[in-house]
Amino acid sequence: MLRVRVIPCLDVADGRVVKGTRFVDLTDEGDPPELAERYAAEGADEIVYLDIDAAPGGRGTLLEVVERTARRAFVPLTVGGGVRSVTEMRDVLRAGADKVSFNTAAVRDPGLVRRCARRFGSQAVVVAIDARRRAGPDDPGAGWEVVVKGGREATGLDALAWAELAVAAGAGELLVTSIDRDGTGAGYDTVLLRAIADRVQVPVIASGGASGPDDFVAAVRDGGASAVLAASIFHRRRHSIADVKAVMAAAGIPVRLVAGTAA
Amino acid sequence: MTRIAVVDYGAGNLVSIEQALAAAGAEIVLVRRAEALADADAMVVPGVGAAAPAMARLRRRGLEAPILAWIAAGRPFLGICLGLQLLFDGSDEDDAVTLGVLPGRTVRLADAPRLPHIGWNQVERRRAHPLFAGIEDDADFYFVHSYAAAPGPGTDDVILAETAHGGRFVSAIARGSLAGVQFHPERSGSDGLRLLANFVGLARAAGSPPGLTRAPALAR
Repeated sequence: MLRVRVIPCLDVADGRVVKGTRFVDLTDEGDPPELAERYAAEGADEIVYLDIDAAPGGRGTLLEVVERTARRAFVPLTVGGGVRSVTEMRDVLRAGADKVSFNTAAVRDPGLVRRCARRFGSQAVVVAIDARRRAGPDDPGAGWEVVVKGGREATGLDALAWAELAVAAGAGELLVTSIDRDGTGAGYDTVLLRAIADRVQVPVIASGGASGPDDFVAAVRDGGASAVLAASIFHRRRHSIADVKAVMAAAGIPVRLVAGTAA
Repeated sequence: MTRIAVVDYGAGNLVSIEQALAAAGAEIVLVRRAEALADADAMVVPGVGAAAPAMARLRRRGLEAPILAWIAAGRPFLGICLGLQLLFDGSDEDDAVTLGVLPGRTVRLADAPRLPHIGWNQVERRRAHPLFAGIEDDADFYFVHSYAAAPGPGTDDVILAETAHGGRFVSAIARGSLAGVQFHPERSGSDGLRLLANFVGLARAAGSPPGLTRAPALAR
């Protein structure tokens, strides 16, 4: 049976893992390949790097980090942030990534998703959707709007419509982040997740709002997510990946348990 | 040292496969032209994506005939993901005509709850094989695909393992020194590394029959 994936996300800037709140007050947390290898050993089913480095010339550093990671952590690696062309995607894959995640660039040019999927296959193309509730937090009827640039810019696009369009363009997976929940620890927006998962056939990765293992269970059981991504709860070692998987397994969710990592 | 030719035809990430084979003690030769196959003990064809562009690139680089000759000679071969699918007659994905070493077609996964099939899933073995030596039955491996090979009539002996995602599909094959896996051992943690090390061991054994010492390869 296909396992539900647990995916730690590492924010990378200038070749280092950084921590901060919404891209400010960043602190250096270490070498990405070293952390990726540690997470892989703890049972991470994939690793995601989010390149938050807007500095020109930062790409070379990122590619070098991707290559060092591929040589050490034998689990799949997704890279998001800053890829705007087929050529740039090719470079990231050649360095050792398996998938590339598109966010703002896909919203600006859905054709980019189509071109990359045609060249590298849909399985390598992830579209990241940052969604914000349109009205009050308890009124899902109003729907969700797609936002870009880390939530700073609204697009007017309906998140569910964009999800369908992105899949039609060739996205093989959707990484759905609730901007309302991100960084709050209030749990994943399972209503948003369910609305998108019911509309597309591709896997949906839940993101934004986790504070504990029960949130992962809810993302799958209530939200219909195929994979669950989190950043800070793992980095701050509040919960290990093995802890989270043990709770998921106890709730009857199929997860891959790695020997020697028992909670 | 056992030399493994990894066919590089622009179909995906080779860093991890290279590194995983090197960790198993093999020397890696990236093959973009047929001449580079000289001195190799075994061949690996990796790859993700669609069959038609992959076949076009193999043909453009003059690699189709050498791959067929290699397999016909019974030399050690491992196809990974698309590299397994290409062994069959053709693909429903884009109607590509593929290598035709084995009868059958590559078909879309039937009754799948979601596609692509992405993630770790159990590989259920039908029989023992040295490729899986030291790996538990039903062990999890990493998959990322929407199509899989459906071996044709008379190929029951070829099927080595199956996996369920809605319907069941063939996740590993082997016949003689020909083998293929639908999953990605280079992305499947320690069990994946074990499988690749087993393949290197098989290549080593095939390259050095007992009692024979190989002459050193000339003029690299």
